[in-house]
Amino acid sequence: MIRVVHYINQFYGGIGGEEKADVKPEIREGVVGPGMALKAALGNEAEIVATVICGDSYFNENMEEASAAILEMIKKYNPDLFIAGPAFNAGRYGVACGSVCKAVKENMNIPVVSGMFIENPGADMFKKDIHIIETANAATGMRQAIPAMAKLALKLVKNETIGMPAEEGYIPRGVRKNVFKSERGSKRAVDMLVAKLKGEKFETEYPMPDFDRVAPNPPVADIKKVKIALVTSGGIVPKGNPDRIESSSASKYGKYDITGVNDLTAETYETAHGGYDPTYANIDADRVLPVDVLRELENEGVIGELHKYYYATVGNGTSVANAKKFAATFAQELVKDGVQAVILTST
Amino acid sequence: MVKEIERVGIPVVHVCTVVPISLTVGANRIVPAIAIPHPLGNPVLSKEDEKSLRRSIVLKALKALQTEVHGQTVFEK
Repeated sequence: MIRVVHYINQFYGGIGGEEKADVKPEIREGVVGPGMALKAALGNEAEIVATVICGDSYFNENMEEASAAILEMIKKYNPDLFIAGPAFNAGRYGVACGSVCKAVKENMNIPVVSGMFIENPGADMFKKDIHIIETANAATGMRQAIPAMAKLALKLVKNETIGMPAEEGYIPRGVRKNVFKSERGSKRAVDMLVAKLKGEKFETEYPMPDFDRVAPNPPVADIKKVKIALVTSGGIVPKGNPDRIESSSASKYGKYDITGVNDLTAETYETAHGGYDPTYANIDADRVLPVDVLRELENEGVIGELHKYYYATVGNGTSVANAKKFAATFAQELVKDGVQAVILTST
Repeated sequence: MVKEIERVGIPVVHVCTVVPISLTVGANRIVPAIAIPHPLGNPVLSKEDEKSLRRSIVLKALKALQTEVHGQTVFEK
C-alpha cells in the first residue's frame, strides 16, 4: 500500500476562513476535506495516512519555521508520496503548497505533486522544482484537478515514464529530454514555416521563455524635493467602496483624492480586499496605505510632496493581464502629474 | 503593477509581506513588511508604537528609493 500525506490550508481543513489564516500547522490522521475526493481518485493502491493543515498567512509569514515543523510532522508518517492542494488561484496557499512540496522532495526524497492555476505566484516559483498540475482558477475546477493530480502522483511513485506537460496536465518545468523523431530538424522547421505562412496551426518545439523584467530606475536624487505617490494592491478605498472594486478578481482600480487627509480612520476608509482578514485594515487603513506617516514626513520636509491622488486595486486573484493594464494606464497619469517616486504596498 | 510603474521611468519601492512573491513578479526595490493583513502596522502594539513602526518602514522605503540598485534588491529589516 502506497502511503500518502496530503497538505491543505485552514479553509479546506474546515478550521475557518481568513480569521483563522494565522493558525499554526497541525497533522491529523486520515483524510480531511478535499482528501476525500483525492482518496477516491487514488483508488485502492494508495491510502492517505495523514493530512497536514496550516493557515495560509501563518505559513507565508513564517516560511522557514513552518516548513521545518511540517516536515517533522510528515516524517513521522513515513509516506511514499506527498500531495499538496490543489490551491487554484489562492496565492498564499499556492506558495505554501510549493514550498512544502519542495522541502519534502529535497529532504525525504519522495515524489510530490501539487495543483495550481497558472497565474498563482506559487506556480512560477516552484514549477521547476516540482510537478504542478495546471488547474482552473477557482475551486469549481476541483473535479478536474483531483483526478489529474492523483494520476500523475501514482505514475511518479511507481516510477513510470512521465509524459510531456500537455499530455499529463502539469505546468512545463523547463526540462529538456532527448527524443527520436522520424523527420530531421531542418525538415520539421521548414514544415513549421510553411504552416505558419499558410496561417495554419503549428506547435513550436522550443518556446521562448517569457522573461518580463524591467531594469531598475536610477534612485531619486533629492527626496526632499520629490513628489511621491502611494499605490496599493491592498484594496484601500473610501468607506463604502464608491467604485465598487471587486473583493477578488478585480476588473478595475480606483483613483482617490487625499488632499487634506492626514489620517485614514475606520469612519472614512476601509479595504475592499477579500482573501485576507480585513479587520485590521478596516480599523486603521494606514496599516496598509501609510497616508498618516507620509503626511507627517511631508509636513516635516523629509519628502517634497505627497501626491494628491492615490491609486488602489484589489490584488486577490486579480489576473496579471488586468493588473498590468491598470498600472500601465495610471503610470501615464503619474508621469503627467510629475510624480517622481512611488511607494506600492501589498498585503 | 510595480513593473508597469518602473517601465515609465519612475523609481518604485514595493513594500510587501511575502517577499518571494515580489521577487517572482519582478520588483526591483523591495522592503519587507510585517504581516499580510497589516503590512505597515501591528495591532498588538500601542497606537504610538505602531505608528513609529510604520514610520520606520516608510523611512526604509524612502531610503530604498534613494539607493542605486543593479538588480532585484531586498532591503532587509
